[in-house]
Formats: sequence, C-alpha cells, structure tokens
Amino acid sequence: MITRRFLLEMAGTSAAFLGASHLLPRGVSPAASESAFKHSPLLPEGTRAEAILDSLPGKRPLIKLSYRPPNYETPLEYFRTAITPNDAFFVRYHLSNIPKVDAKTWKLKVGGEGASGEIQLNLDDLKAMPAVEMVAVNQCSGNRRGLFTPHVAGVQWGYGAMGCARWKGVMLKDVLDKIGVKKEAIEIVFDGADEPILDKTPDFIKSIPIWKALEETTLVAYEMNGQPLPHFNGFPARIVVPGWTATYWVKHITSIKIVTKPESGFWMNPAYRIPLGKFPAESRFISQETANNTPITEIMVNSLITSHADGVSLKGGSSTTVGGIAWDSGYGIQSVDMSTDEGRTWLPATLGEDLGRFAFRTFSFPFSANSKGKQTVMARATNRISQTQPTELIQNPAGYHHNVMHSITFNVT
Amino acid sequence: MRALTIAFFITLIVVPAIAEEKPIELKKAPGVEKVEANCATCHSLDYIEMNSPFLSAAQWDAEVAKMIRAMGAPIDEADGKAIADYLKKNYGS
Repeated sequence: MITRRFLLEMAGTSAAFLGASHLLPRGVSPAASESAFKHSPLLPEGTRAEAILDSLPGKRPLIKLSYRPPNYETPLEYFRTAITPNDAFFVRYHLSNIPKVDAKTWKLKVGGEGASGEIQLNLDDLKAMPAVEMVAVNQCSGNRRGLFTPHVAGVQWGYGAMGCARWKGVMLKDVLDKIGVKKEAIEIVFDGADEPILDKTPDFIKSIPIWKALEETTLVAYEMNGQPLPHFNGFPARIVVPGWTATYWVKHITSIKIVTKPESGFWMNPAYRIPLGKFPAESRFISQETANNTPITEIMVNSLITSHADGVSLKGGSSTTVGGIAWDSGYGIQSVDMSTDEGRTWLPATLGEDLGRFAFRTFSFPFSANSKGKQTVMARATNRISQTQPTELIQNPAGYHHNVMHSITFNVT
Repeated sequence: MRALTIAFFITLIVVPAIAEEKPIELKKAPGVEKVEANCATCHSLDYIEMNSPFLSAAQWDAEVAKMIRAMGAPIDEADGKAIADYLKKNYGS
C-alpha cells in the first residue's frame, strides 16, 4: 500500500538528490568525502566496503553505515565551522519504525508517579512558553567506534557521529514545574515516537537523573539552527542535554515521566554502560550505577583536524593553515595545542569564536612544509578543568568515548 | 485502463524506493536464506558487512544470542545455529 508518508519521503529524496551537489562546502565533492572515509585504514574492511554516500529525504549526501534503521555520519568537511548544517547533521536510530510525526496532532504527555499531576502539551503550548537558545554539541556515545583497535561490535562510526547546532526550545525544568516534582522523584524518563518492528524488542526509552533534568541547560527543543528540527533529527521536538552524549537526546519526544525508581529497560542497562573508574566522572548518575559500571554521561574533551584530509599532498616550502574543532562536556575549551614532532613539543593554536561552553570551538595553526616526505600534525585539546586527550585508547566493551588525539599526515613533495 | 494507470504509477514510485535502500548482497553460502529471512525483518543486512571481518566465532554467537534474547527475534534454536554458523564462516575473523 502506498501511504502518504511514503509519497512525502519520495518527494524529499528527489529534492535532496537534485539539490545536493551545489550545497557542499567549497572545494568539496561528495566523491572526495566518500573516498576519505573508504580509505581510512583504521576502519573495518567490511565497513569501508559497504559505506556509501547516500541522501536521506531532506539531507545532503552523508556517509551511510546502515539503511535501516538509518545510521548516517557527517563527512569531515562539514566540521570546518562551529555550526553543523541541519541537512548535513548525522542521523542515528536504534529502531526501524520511525513515523513521520504530524505537528498538528503531536502531543507531549508529561506525568509519572513522581509528579503531582499530569499534562498534555502540543507544539503551540511549547512555543508559548519562555524560549531559550543554546549552542551545543550532540555527539553519539559511540562516535569513532570504528577506529577502535581491536574492533568492537556496533555501528562502525568514523569521526562524524556528531554535530553542533543552535537549539531553541523550553527548559525541561519549566515543563516539569507545570505539574510539580515530588520530593521522592529520582529520574526523568523519556520516550519518543520511534518504535521497534517487533513487539518484543525493547522500545528506546532513556532516563536522566533529576538533578540533570532541572539544570537550566536541559531543554525540550523544537528548533535547530533557526529551523524546525529535521525529521531525522527528531521533529517536532527532542530532548537536548548539553554536555551529555546523544543517547539521552531522545528524538520525536512524546512522553516525559517523573519516576521514583530507576528506569530498568534494556537501553539503560545493559546498554550504554562504561566500566567504573576508567573515565573521568565529574557528572555522575548514581541511581543507575552498579558495582562495576555506570551509564555513560558527559562527553570527553576532544578535538578533530578538519582543514585537510589525512595523506594530502603539499608542495615543499609552502605554508598552509591547519584547523579544526575542539569540544568538551561544557567546562569549555581552555586551549588546543599542536605538535609537528609526534608529541615531543607543543605550540598553542589560535582559538576561534566562542559560541558558548557546550559548542564546538574552532582552532587554527600555521604550518610550513619545510622538509620533504611525511609530516604529521597532531592536535590536543585541554578544557578549563585541565582535562586533556589521551595518547592511547581507553578500552571499553561497547566502544564509547574515543577521544585519542587526532593527527593528519601531509605528503610533502 | 484505470488499473493500467495505477500500475504505471506504482512502477514510477517503486523504482526510487529501491534506490533509497539498495539491496545488500550477502555472500552466497549455506544459511544465507535464513539470514535474509530473519535478520532483515528489523534491520538492513549492511549491519553484517559493517561488523566484518573482525568478530570471532564467540562474538558472532553472542550477537545472534543478543538478537534473540534481548531484541526478541523469533528465531528457533536450529535457525539460530544456522545463522551463527553462516556469519562465522563468511563474516568472521
């Protein structure tokens, strides 16, 4: 049966396809993006073979890792600026039944046993509330999983399961205040409109601790970079938890529950867990901790060189500017340092515009190709509480929090 | 005539739908039909290629067990074994 949803999707596909090529950053062809990914020696062979550039409806060509559910990463070239365009923003789903939500009939239910009442809000109700805007990085917990050695099972992301946008919406705390939070409340539970194919597959349900939900930076967002959220990024509204990985940023949000017991579904435990004690944990989720592990929470300090692809050629004696982005969980980037001698000595890069403590911070560094042959440039970000990037991968079973220093090698001719 | 028009219209629409999710050609080997019949219900088969060829036999067993136990895939024991064997032989480390 041909549904209206299907027809709409097809119309979107054609538009995206026709409009795609002239929307890429200058000097970038889709083929170049795909090629950079396909030749990354760090990714699994099978991933490099199956990944292709492909456009979802309403999106530019992104690197397709899986069609269904759709998992598409953003090519490196889009990370030369602090804001990632909506139509180049990565797409990540766990479940394949993703309805097109109609903004006119969409409702957000807010309640739960830890609430004093319950309420249903529509999009107009949300938009009538005091609005806030915030620039924040949305990064998948498993970003760079494909670069783990040894490889671990899961979506084999390269560098692009992340993006940074200006989110507009209402404070989650203002929504919760409408119904009243009882003092025994410990977590807030989110559910979105996306569903599993089989009844027995666990629905994607996530929770955050009450203290995080009440922070003024945690939002129910309905706009991204001045536009309604794209369908594949959570239209008409999604949760935004700046500083925490994207697993909590539930898309197509339809239900918010205030609860007095820890949420126990599959996607809270055993999924999305990191071993205790391996990573810095300033931001704890105590009601979910076990003797061995904890839910992943804050994003680790990180940086990425985006001005040049790895292995690019440079003429001997020429100069160029190496640049990229740095980010963390919201302490803010203090500095980015660069090394051209494999980490023996470091020089500071120049930081770009500060769009807020949760945003990508651009950096730039002058580089002269003095000697012929291979020359490597490495970046290392440090945040305002002196956390910095490791030289070696911190192993963990699910392949989360890859924040090893990134480097590129020039081929100087 | 009306039926013909509808048939024509459907053809026009179905073609780009195929382009949207390209069929994944898994290696032809014993068990491939069970993989296609079961795994593709919930996810495209590029998941298998993507996670290759690095998973050990034990890791592929664990993946199949996860799909049945945690994800609720209605796969009986014999089919589960055939699927795991196929994955180990064709997409294993």
